[in-house]
Amino acid sequence: MENLLQNLMSTEDLADNFKESKPSYNAQEALDEANRCLYCYDAPCITACPTGINIPSFIKKIASGNLKGSAKTIMEANPVGASCARVCPTEELCEGACVLNDSTKPIMIGDLQRFATDWAIKNEQVLFKKGEKNGKNIAIVGSGPAGLSAARELGRMGYEVTVFEGKKEAGGLDTHGIVPFRLPKDISLWEVEQVENVGVEIRTNVEVGKDIFTDDLVLNYDAVMLAVGMSKVPKLGIEGEDLAGICDAIELVEETKNKNYSAEFAGKRVAVIGAGNTAIDGATTSVRLGADNVQILYRRTEAEMTAYEFEYEFAKQEGVEFRWLTAPKRLIGDNKGYLKQMECVQMELQETGSDGRRRPVEIQGSEFLIDVDIVVKAIGQTRHTHIIDAFGLEHNGGVVKVDPETYLTSNPKVYAAGDAIFGKGIGEAMVVSAAQQGKETAYAIHQQLVESRTECV
Amino acid sequence: MADISINFAGIKSPNPYWLASAPPTNTGYQVQRAFEAGWGGAVWKTLGEPVLNVTSRFGAHSFNGQRVAGFNNIELISDRSIEENLKEIYETKKRFPDRAIIASLMVEPKREKWHEIVKRVQDVGVDGFELNLGCPHGMSERGMGAAVGQHPDLVEKTTLYAKEAAEVPVITKLTPNITDITTTARAAERGGADAISMINTINSLMGVDIDTWNTIPNVNGMGAHGGYCGPAVKPIALNMIGECARQQDINIPISGIGGISTWQDTVEFMLMGSGGVQICTAAMHHGFSIIDDLVEGLENYLDDKGIASISEIIGASVAKYTDWSHLDLNHKKVARINNDICINCNKCHIACEDTAHQCIDMLTDKKGDGYLEVREDECVGCNLCSIVCPVDGAIDMVDLTPTEPPMSWNNRQSALQMLNN
Ligand SMILES: Cc1cc2nc3c(=O)[nH]c(=O)nc-3n(C[C@H](O)[C@H](O)[C@H](O)COP(=O)(O)OP(=O)(O)OC[C@H]3O[C@@H](n4cnc5c(N)ncnc54)[C@H](O)[C@@H]3O)c2cc1C
Ligand SMILES: Cc1cc2nc3c(=O)[nH]c(=O)nc-3n(C[C@H](O)[C@H](O)[C@H](O)COP(=O)(O)O)c2cc1C
Ligand code: SF4
Ligand code: SF4
Ligand code: SF4
Repeated sequence: MENLLQNLMSTEDLADNFKESKPSYNAQEALDEANRCLYCYDAPCITACPTGINIPSFIKKIASGNLKGSAKTIMEANPVGASCARVCPTEELCEGACVLNDSTKPIMIGDLQRFATDWAIKNEQVLFKKGEKNGKNIAIVGSGPAGLSAARELGRMGYEVTVFEGKKEAGGLDTHGIVPFRLPKDISLWEVEQVENVGVEIRTNVEVGKDIFTDDLVLNYDAVMLAVGMSKVPKLGIEGEDLAGICDAIELVEETKNKNYSAEFAGKRVAVIGAGNTAIDGATTSVRLGADNVQILYRRTEAEMTAYEFEYEFAKQEGVEFRWLTAPKRLIGDNKGYLKQMECVQMELQETGSDGRRRPVEIQGSEFLIDVDIVVKAIGQTRHTHIIDAFGLEHNGGVVKVDPETYLTSNPKVYAAGDAIFGKGIGEAMVVSAAQQGKETAYAIHQQLVESRTECV
Repeated sequence: MADISINFAGIKSPNPYWLASAPPTNTGYQVQRAFEAGWGGAVWKTLGEPVLNVTSRFGAHSFNGQRVAGFNNIELISDRSIEENLKEIYETKKRFPDRAIIASLMVEPKREKWHEIVKRVQDVGVDGFELNLGCPHGMSERGMGAAVGQHPDLVEKTTLYAKEAAEVPVITKLTPNITDITTTARAAERGGADAISMINTINSLMGVDIDTWNTIPNVNGMGAHGGYCGPAVKPIALNMIGECARQQDINIPISGIGGISTWQDTVEFMLMGSGGVQICTAAMHHGFSIIDDLVEGLENYLDDKGIASISEIIGASVAKYTDWSHLDLNHKKVARINNDICINCNKCHIACEDTAHQCIDMLTDKKGDGYLEVREDECVGCNLCSIVCPVDGAIDMVDLTPTEPPMSWNNRQSALQMLNN
């Protein structure tokens, strides 16, 4: 009966499932929470924010009713501050460092940040002005948090900035990759607009390396920044991967961001492979698409899972089941080519491997079958190696090598930041770090171009 | 259980809590509700020639999320007829014979006017009178209230007029809108007052609306000064009570009023010399039911301290209140930070660094964790750090062992004089 109902779920019901799930503070809640902040000196929450937002200052401004000033303080330090208010793992960052953890309970910094930036969005505020033209031009490849942040800072400093974006809309994973019930697309698009307001040109539907040559960029611009992020989910590398019913978690999320709600999931049994935040997003998206049963399969244990605690809790609340120490071996289809079953194998953890984590090893003869209609792959992301090669940059398996201070690659005109330089096996990439790297890259580019100018004189 | 009943200048009350003369005591209905809730007494809303009131009338000082840190009004005395009020006073007293009902009065400073109203009210049976010589707005423009209360000779005369006709105790209520309240307190005593009460409200303008540029509150776009009360005025009231209580030549009981919201406030007022207390704003903010905690908290406090009767605490701190010139210049207090309680907000550091004596260092221990330390030889013991510290117990203000015998400014000056002679 329930299955039948789910099969009959209307598009509106589905759309409701993908609306932002957490309500925002009302004015009184925001005021009460803001008044709780101690306005610390040399506040540890500021240090814990990768973009160094002056948190006591923006909170004080909420308390005083200066919401425009508050939003500006946030967005000044973090050009994607409205998105970050929703997607940052705040328990591990600012809120985790709040001194009130030691006495009562921490200030809900993310919720306050959302309140202030929501105000700016609703009131159509333009927070920053473009700088006076300085005659230099910069090309940025990719319009995710890293690219946008660099573009915003460079635009304010007077550079003529062109951002090339392969997709139809700018914003990177904030626009396409983070589930809409946590981060609606229009929040990210507002941030894009704020960047355009400082004179940045964003050329969407232009894939660098295909629609435009990498060499031309290097030749025609004073500096190039590579902010292409990471790519698709890799293949599982097991038999049956071409069957109907196998999908990529990131592509699945992207569909829902574009308000295309697949009817394929209603009433189905879904298995998600992986245990990072992407897997959680794939699983909760499946639940919201009406799947009957959703389980996450991970070859290690709860302890090694890279998803954040709050994500894990959220998934459990949504009814997602977890199967630890389980790896897929083979996907089995019916005679029409549709996925029907998956052969799995039990794993055990052995001594610590080269990446510092205990290595999972198959237990001989422990294979078993589970019935499944859809498999969502979420075992990390591949790299945009071919574009990196096209620029001729040194890299480490697709991770672009840069100077950690200046973000300069092996090509003295090309910089890289964000997920494109995110090393392997070091936890989860974050929007906020990509934003900070973008800012730092902008300052490094400025530094270099100013220096080269003084040399000429 | 400690005895918290009082006998204030001959007026008996089962507990020291009276509602001050104000909107909570406007009608019999309200006072009876208050008595049902447990209030010990009520000073009826001031009777006199009925007045016309304006709207709006109140304003509040909100601070950091506190809706009523201070409260202001431009209301006048009772706008209901004397007959109506007297009928209700009579009914209320009949229903609650054990509670104190005090009639607050205000008429022009003329002998026959005071004789007339005192006799008329006395006839329905009240336990005492309170002379409202303090209302700072409206009534004062008509030569009453604070216009009387600011002139010691008028305070004395008015008190005398009332006393001539009164058969029950007379309390003279003083205005704080005066440089030295002990002057009018003495005048009331000279006039024969059985007690004094203080404070009435303080001249105030609550605010200006930054959008309309109108005053807060305003009446059709225009404002006039009002009277300030509520938690914010407590320190002012407490000082005025202490100042009166410690004068050798003021020997009548004091009813303490002004900003009392809790049983702790009550204990403070009584330690500083109040024989009972009156409350208005706290009741207006939360309703009559606050009496429950006011009574219970006071009883528990006395029980915990092993004090049998509340009368034992009245004035117990008065001897500790003196002139600055008697304070010990050789006494040394310093701040000490308890790092296991400290939550490292660094507020003490920045307060001392920017606005006190630059003696709290932000340091890092061997593990790389931050901690704070006071350079005690430079600390002047001002208390600022412990005031801004958000965690109880994180900063102790400790007394250092004295190295020299106590010496006050007065001691010092007389010693110097002896040397010079
Ligand atoms: C499913 C999922 C959930 C996540 N959830 C969170 C979260 O909750 N919190 C959090 O902090 N982080 C989260 N992250 C990580 C976060 O989204 C990334 O760290 C961040 O977006 C990286 O920013 P970026 O600018 O480096 O790259 P991206 O955001 O990936 O942007 C890169 C952009 O470059 C474009 N591009 C690529 N190649 C080309 C080309 N050749 N030409 C032109 N354009 C190109 C892409 O289309 C894309 O728009 C999540 C990631 C995923 C995949
Ligand atoms: C609205 C309002 C009206 C008042 N009216 C009178 C009054 O008629 N007669 C009087 O003696 N005091 C009047 N007062 C002063 C109070 O009795 C009391 O002295 C003052 O509010 C301080 O006490 P509190 O801080 O507990 O409010 C009034 C106060 C308020 C707030
Ligand atoms: S640490 Fe907490 S209390 Fe201190 S400024 Fe930051 S948010 Fe406010
Ligand atoms: S008591 Fe005053 S001088 Fe001493 S440490 Fe505290 S703030 Fe500084
Ligand atoms: S103000 Fe109090 S809690 Fe904050 S650092 Fe100083 S001692 Fe610690």
